[in-house]
Amino acid sequence: MLVNAAFYVFSAILIGSAVMVITSRNPVHSVLFLILAFFNAAALFLIAGAEFLAMILVIVYVGAVAVLFLFVVMMLDVNFGQLREGYQRYLPVGAAVGTILLMELVFVLGGWEFAPQAMSLRLSSTPGAVSNTQALGRLIYTDYIFLFQAAGLILMVAMIGAIVLTHRERTTSKKQSIARQNARTVADTLELMQVKLGAGTNVTGILRPKPEPALALTHDEPHEHGVGKPGPGEHG
Amino acid sequence: MSTIGVNHYLFVGAVLLVLGIFGIFLNRKNVIVIFMSIELMLLAVNLNLVAFSSALGDLAGQVFALFVLTVAAAEAAIGLAIVVVYFRNRGSIEVEDVTLMRG
Amino acid sequence: MLFAVAVFAPLLGALVAGMLGRQMGDKASQAVTILCMCVAAVCGSASFVPFLTGDGLPGVVSLGTWINVGDFHVEWALHYDTLSAMMVAMVTGIATLIHIYSVGYMSHDATIPRFFSYLSLFTFAMLMLVTADNLVQIFFGWEGVGLASYLLIGYWYDRPSANKAAMKAFVVNRVGDLFFAVGIALIFLQFGSVEFPDVFAHVHDHVGDTYHVLGSDWRSYEVIGVLLFLGACGKSAQLGLHTWLPDAMEGPTPVSALIHAATMVTAGVFLMARMSPILEYAPGALSFVAFLGATTALVAATIGCVQNDIKRIIAYSTMSQLGYMFLAAGVGAYQVSIFHLFTHAFFKALLFLGAGSVIHAMSDEQDIRRMGGIWRKIPVTYGVMWVGSLALAGIPIFAGYYSKDAILEAAWAKGSLVGSYGFLCGIVAAFLTAFYSWRLLILTFHGAPRADRHTMEHVHESPAAMLGPLLVLTAGAVVTGFVFRDWFIGEGWHDFWRGSIVNAGTNTVMHDMEHVPLLAGLLPTVVGVLGVALAYVMYVLRPELPARVAAAVPRLYDLALNKWYFDELYDRIFVRPAGRLARLLWQVGDSTLIDGVPNGIASLTADGSAQVVRIQTGSIAVYAFTMLIGLVVLVSIFLVFR
Repeated sequence: MLVNAAFYVFSAILIGSAVMVITSRNPVHSVLFLILAFFNAAALFLIAGAEFLAMILVIVYVGAVAVLFLFVVMMLDVNFGQLREGYQRYLPVGAAVGTILLMELVFVLGGWEFAPQAMSLRLSSTPGAVSNTQALGRLIYTDYIFLFQAAGLILMVAMIGAIVLTHRERTTSKKQSIARQNARTVADTLELMQVKLGAGTNVTGILRPKPEPALALTHDEPHEHGVGKPGPGEHG
Repeated sequence: MSTIGVNHYLFVGAVLLVLGIFGIFLNRKNVIVIFMSIELMLLAVNLNLVAFSSALGDLAGQVFALFVLTVAAAEAAIGLAIVVVYFRNRGSIEVEDVTLMRG
Repeated sequence: MLFAVAVFAPLLGALVAGMLGRQMGDKASQAVTILCMCVAAVCGSASFVPFLTGDGLPGVVSLGTWINVGDFHVEWALHYDTLSAMMVAMVTGIATLIHIYSVGYMSHDATIPRFFSYLSLFTFAMLMLVTADNLVQIFFGWEGVGLASYLLIGYWYDRPSANKAAMKAFVVNRVGDLFFAVGIALIFLQFGSVEFPDVFAHVHDHVGDTYHVLGSDWRSYEVIGVLLFLGACGKSAQLGLHTWLPDAMEGPTPVSALIHAATMVTAGVFLMARMSPILEYAPGALSFVAFLGATTALVAATIGCVQNDIKRIIAYSTMSQLGYMFLAAGVGAYQVSIFHLFTHAFFKALLFLGAGSVIHAMSDEQDIRRMGGIWRKIPVTYGVMWVGSLALAGIPIFAGYYSKDAILEAAWAKGSLVGSYGFLCGIVAAFLTAFYSWRLLILTFHGAPRADRHTMEHVHESPAAMLGPLLVLTAGAVVTGFVFRDWFIGEGWHDFWRGSIVNAGTNTVMHDMEHVPLLAGLLPTVVGVLGVALAYVMYVLRPELPARVAAAVPRLYDLALNKWYFDELYDRIFVRPAGRLARLLWQVGDSTLIDGVPNGIASLTADGSAQVVRIQTGSIAVYAFTMLIGLVVLVSIFLVFR
């Protein structure tokens, strides 16, 4: 009895907050309503008996993904008013299509009945005595270990991808390129010249500093030579 | 009222799915809301999987839902990274401008 | 053996001059071709002599198989008998003289090797024609001379008029060739073979056969005869298919002399003579031949009277004389027609080459209204033109007298309606022939000079290369008549021809013509002299008469001047509709329909893809919406077909 009531309450709030997500004017509100939706979904999961998944939903989805959304929403300086243009235009068609889809889905899923032999076709039946977490753990680390590792790989790729996408080269910071330093040879730095007695360096054609050697280690660093370059009126 | 059966969960999941689709369709300019609608749809899928898992007593559904969660997180991260870079280059997040790949 | 050499030597000359002419140079090409032609002439004459002495043995020189398909066998073979040997000797002789003449006439030309190569090629084709042992080989030679004629008429291909004339010649000939080809096919159908020995041996077997054509039955020999004659009409420029001959004068004069006087145009007459075994059993066809020949002789003579281009006058004279030859063949006297062919070759080539000499002297002037008063300056040319005209007009002693009189006597001896008609036309045409020949002589050589002073100062006699052949031909124009008469049409003609020309049992023309009344024999000569006298009166004594006569009968004058409006008629009936049809087929048929298919498919594909590509908007929202619609559709299908 209580379970029924809880189910209806949670699902009502879930659907309501989902509606608010897509219709909010302020995107921060949308994210917050999304968080609320996730919480209620976690509650529904608990009712269904999947407590591990419910907690994971809260930790990962709410704690990480939704927070990420919040970060991005607040970071981007966007004129959201302009973004709402066309809202009214698409409303009727979208509503119509959505309603059709909903009716069809309800028609299909509403009368769902399990086949008689469904029970015998279970992939991994729930063991009785252990908790949900323990049972899941038994499955993931034995039968589905490869998928688990693959999921980890996906996460790593996502991480690397996100970093690579958003990485910007900082042009204003100075840093050493150890490779370049190590690759410098004597010929690049030292040159013995015969200078005529009494002749100046610009007469003999000695230019300092020397032009950079063509190293391809750093490709887009602008090379600045602030110190030592002879100005227009100076003699080297 | 009858006991909460799998049908109830399925109904909720269907509504969430349609709401997510509706959200994409409605907010076609705002890429953040599009992402959130996608998350809603994924949530609906997870709900479905968990409902069947508990109805059948089959843990495979929950394992599947776990992996869906993982991938959804990864996808959200990358998607938002793309949005950030896009915003850096364009100064707005109107995805309707992104039509360079048109025929 | 000599015979084969005579036939193939010109081919060798043509190939060498044609392929290597540019490397060898002009002199070498001329030398090679003339050498080969001389060899051919010597061998040709040597092959003919046995027939003159009575020792000749007809035979066949086989060269190999050409076509061997099912029941259809055709060999390359040279038919050696009196008719072929005589034609070979005549063709090679005259062609050699014209080769030599061309050395002088074409000395200023830029592509001499090409000219000589073409001349030799023509000679080879003509020789293949006259020595053919089967109809397909004749057709090969027929087409070969047509090709050479096209190449030579259009020799100066930078002149549009020459190109048009060449095409006109070829196309009109093609019409004749079509009939000829159908005739060959009918012969094959009838006899099962196209080889002369086979066909002529079985002529008696199919005398009564009929074809069912156009709703009624015709005797097959009549049909074949008419078809072969129509083919001959095209090649020999008889009335109806004659329009190409005057325009063919666009070619150089040696070409006109060789092709359109002596040899190619006589191929039709030769065909009639060669097919005499069959034609003897087709009296209807023969009547038609005689009728058309006589009409052609008359019409051409009327046109020739009022033409102003020296070469065209002679061209119409050729057409007229060919009409005489067909008249003779039509009344059954093939021997006489061949005799006239023989003598005509000499004096007509002489006239043309003489005209070429005049043109050369007058700095390429061809209009006789702008000549005059040059007989003292070019006496040799004047003399040879006199001889040629005397021969043409049929004045006794000269060559034309014997052959032309023989034709008219044969027409009289035939006695039928057609024969009488032929005789009448022949007499009138003889009168007109003499008239226009002397008109040409007087206007060209006599009177006050009508050319400008610059041209008159340049008038000079032709070089030796041109005069030599002229003199040889003059001798021919004088002697060939009385020398060869007895062999060709005399009492012993049967022994001479030895079966190469056949007269059926009912055909007694050759005998009867010896016994015609004296009047009939003298009349041609009398009207010839009258024609000379009239020309003298009209152009020397009373020079104002021609203009008054022309003014008195303007319609007739225009009719003659415009060649009896045949060109205009053909233009209306054939050329313009063909042009319209061609334009229709080009613009609608080809451009729109046939080109339209691939172009249409291409543009359809392009347009279709341009339409389809609009689906790719690049807009994510549209893609999402498309996916949504797709999802709805899939679910609906699942629901419906569950």
